Amino acid sequence: MGNNEYAVEMRGIVKVFPGVVANDHIDFSVKKGEIHALLGENGAGKTTLMNILYGLYRPDAGEIYINGKRVYIRNPRDAIKYGIGMVHQHFTLVSPFTVTENVILGYEDNGVIINFKEARRRIEKLIRQYNLGLDPDAKIWQLSVGEQQKVEILKMLFRDAKILILDEPTAVLTPQEIRNLFEFLRKMKCEGRSIIFISHKLKEVMEISDRVTVLKRGKVIGTKVTAETNEIELARMMVGRDVVFTIKRNKSKVGNTDVLKVEDLWVRGDRGTYAVKGISLSIKSGEILGIAGVSGNGQREFVETIIGIRKADKGRVLINGEDVTNRAPKDIVTLNIAYLPEDREESGYFHDASIRDNLCSKVRYLFLKRLIFLDYVKMDNYADRLIREYEILTPSRDNLAKNLSGGNKQRLVLARELASKPRLLIANQPTRGLDVGATEYIRKKILEQRNSGVAVLLVSEDLDEILMLSDRVAVFYEGQVMGIVKPEETSLEEIGLMMAGVKRLGVT
Amino acid sequence: MATLISGFIGKYRIVRRVDTLPLHKRVGLMVVAVIGSMLVSSILIIPLGVNPLIAYYELFKGAWGSKLALSETLVRFTPLLFTGVAVALAFLARFWNIGAEGQLYLGAMFATFFGISFYGIPSYVIIPLMLIAGFIGGSAAAFIPALLRCKYGIDEVVTTLLLNWVIYFIMQAIIYGPWRNPVSAWPESPAIAQEAELMRILPGTRLHLGLFIAISIAMLYYIVYSKSYWGFELKLIGLNPKAASVQGIDVVRNMMIAALVSGGIAGLAGAVELMGIHFHLREALSHGYGYTGIVIAMLGLLHPIGVVLASFFMATIETGSQAMHRTTGIPYPLAFVIEGITLIFALIAVFFMEYKVEKVGGAK
Repeated sequence: MGNNEYAVEMRGIVKVFPGVVANDHIDFSVKKGEIHALLGENGAGKTTLMNILYGLYRPDAGEIYINGKRVYIRNPRDAIKYGIGMVHQHFTLVSPFTVTENVILGYEDNGVIINFKEARRRIEKLIRQYNLGLDPDAKIWQLSVGEQQKVEILKMLFRDAKILILDEPTAVLTPQEIRNLFEFLRKMKCEGRSIIFISHKLKEVMEISDRVTVLKRGKVIGTKVTAETNEIELARMMVGRDVVFTIKRNKSKVGNTDVLKVEDLWVRGDRGTYAVKGISLSIKSGEILGIAGVSGNGQREFVETIIGIRKADKGRVLINGEDVTNRAPKDIVTLNIAYLPEDREESGYFHDASIRDNLCSKVRYLFLKRLIFLDYVKMDNYADRLIREYEILTPSRDNLAKNLSGGNKQRLVLARELASKPRLLIANQPTRGLDVGATEYIRKKILEQRNSGVAVLLVSEDLDEILMLSDRVAVFYEGQVMGIVKPEETSLEEIGLMMAGVKRLGVT
Repeated sequence: MATLISGFIGKYRIVRRVDTLPLHKRVGLMVVAVIGSMLVSSILIIPLGVNPLIAYYELFKGAWGSKLALSETLVRFTPLLFTGVAVALAFLARFWNIGAEGQLYLGAMFATFFGISFYGIPSYVIIPLMLIAGFIGGSAAAFIPALLRCKYGIDEVVTTLLLNWVIYFIMQAIIYGPWRNPVSAWPESPAIAQEAELMRILPGTRLHLGLFIAISIAMLYYIVYSKSYWGFELKLIGLNPKAASVQGIDVVRNMMIAALVSGGIAGLAGAVELMGIHFHLREALSHGYGYTGIVIAMLGLLHPIGVVLASFFMATIETGSQAMHRTTGIPYPLAFVIEGITLIFALIAVFFMEYKVEKVGGAK
């Protein structure tokens, strides 16, 4: 039996994906007329949990109760039947269609012949009632992102959803639009609807939610009444406290000149607003600079600008003293930069190419023979050497890279990048999703590089990793550096504070 | 019935293969595709009162049965090899060039210009000149879609396909107008200079020098595909453009070059058909060679040897069906039906190289 006070109750939810436990016995409940925030870093399992509630995934174990009654949600249609609506991070609208058409699209009670007039009348009424300011006949492509989100919400209202799930709804909005959304959410709450608000932005969670549940690595860390907690406590819950030092970091010889120097960099994000707002920093050889911060605070855009796949509006990027601002990636790669991309599966390697070709792809010019040919013998030897050196587990160099395990894929990428003896290593989330053994191996390799005089830029959401490896830590918040500190001179509280947006003054 | 189907669908599902099929199995799948398409085409042969086995026997005899038959098959093979290689090269770099037909005609038009403007120039000058003109013409036709794709991200499938008709109608306008043959008054260009005709390589047949040019191009493609630095870059772009870009490969430039060379090779097909077979620019210069090139590239798995084999198979079907028509009365356009069905089967085969049907274990 469930508890009638709750609109949603999820008990002991388990969801396992190959290699990852996305949800590990999660208990989660939402009261009627409550805004409940689901807080956690990327990959903490928030979206998986909500996809289970919305019927997109089926849990491997666990029970779901809606208004105290046990339910089985097999697909989104079931979820809609129970009054659950979800606005995904990426909208599901048909852009050449009008608002009205999109709202009634897939609506169960349409019947064979759609009564457009009646539907339009209802939609118009809803728009007025909730002050959404939409034109029911406007085409989706004519609308701003904020307006498109309103259409998604309108879809849920049209189906009279009592439980609304919003997956990172503010990520795409301007501050003004966020204020409107919050106003609207409060109104929905007053009507007795329950709202689940997925976010990793502490400030918003504090502002809008009644209660907050923090997830980390698929587990519930705790549920708090928002009024009884604060950003610092939440930040600490999000990143975890138990730092385990397994790797010894000795002093290394730091060089005099800056290998990477960034001056007052301004970069726009995908939505056209500034994601990086005037960041300056520098790294000398033999030094690891860690970038900490909740993801989505400009780290990705910052790194992409350095390697040339994103353009800066203002500021300069200097590598070994050479101005490379807004150069093409092919020009920047030749400056001997090793790059471990954040999205390993997407841009890290060639899935359907052999391991040999993957290892040789970056330094392909080494195998140029007689102007236009490739020296395959040399490639074979080179690949065999790297497979041995980096202990890549594979039956043969001719196997396809996609058949490697996650840890071995990262070793492959690492081998390819480090074998060219770089002077600068940019590692973006280098150990995300890897098991303990592979993680330790990658971390050791990064330290090894630093000890041999390479400048390292390490971006990670894993605060333990940052503190373990970095010589200096820069904390990003909303596209700015909140402060740069040395790990041995700081505390988790201080870093948590900076991650929550409190600036530390007077540091370099 | 509905429950039967849904029951079946419920029990099986299509999943992505984790492993990759070894080459011999992929080739095997393509052979199955060819046989499957011929079996399906039999359904069209039976109502005509002909035993499909006899029909196919006549078809292959008509293509390979005599010196003349084989020479005619090789005459067909020549332009198909050009367009097959052209399409395969573009597809390798993920430039979906559906425009080989138009590129062929523009190449032929460029070559015709030289062929009918200069008479009395020695063969060793005018022939290379016209071949180069053909190549440039084809490249020019590919240039516009390639630029639109690389600069503005406009889908090249649409632009190359539509441009085929634009070019074809321009050619029609020219041969019905300024270039109309003054001797016969037919809608075709005047005859090209005799010095520009490609020499016959087998007495008593139409087999011409173009065959060797086509084979040379296929050999060059083999070198690009499996030996060259450029081919390595192209393949990497084809496999993952994002990763290629991060590793310093200039994706836009490479795709541009691949598109231009692809168009050029298709243009060569037009020039060679003009100089070896037709001697006049005319509407019937190509029997859809540019489109058949797409089938060939897919069927040949973009591999140079595969493309050669697939071109030869298509040439066989197209030539043999003429003989089959004469002996059995089955209309020769059956060849194009077989080709079309082969493409569908080949695409299905490519699909099953990446996916497999799996029984759903343990109902839940």
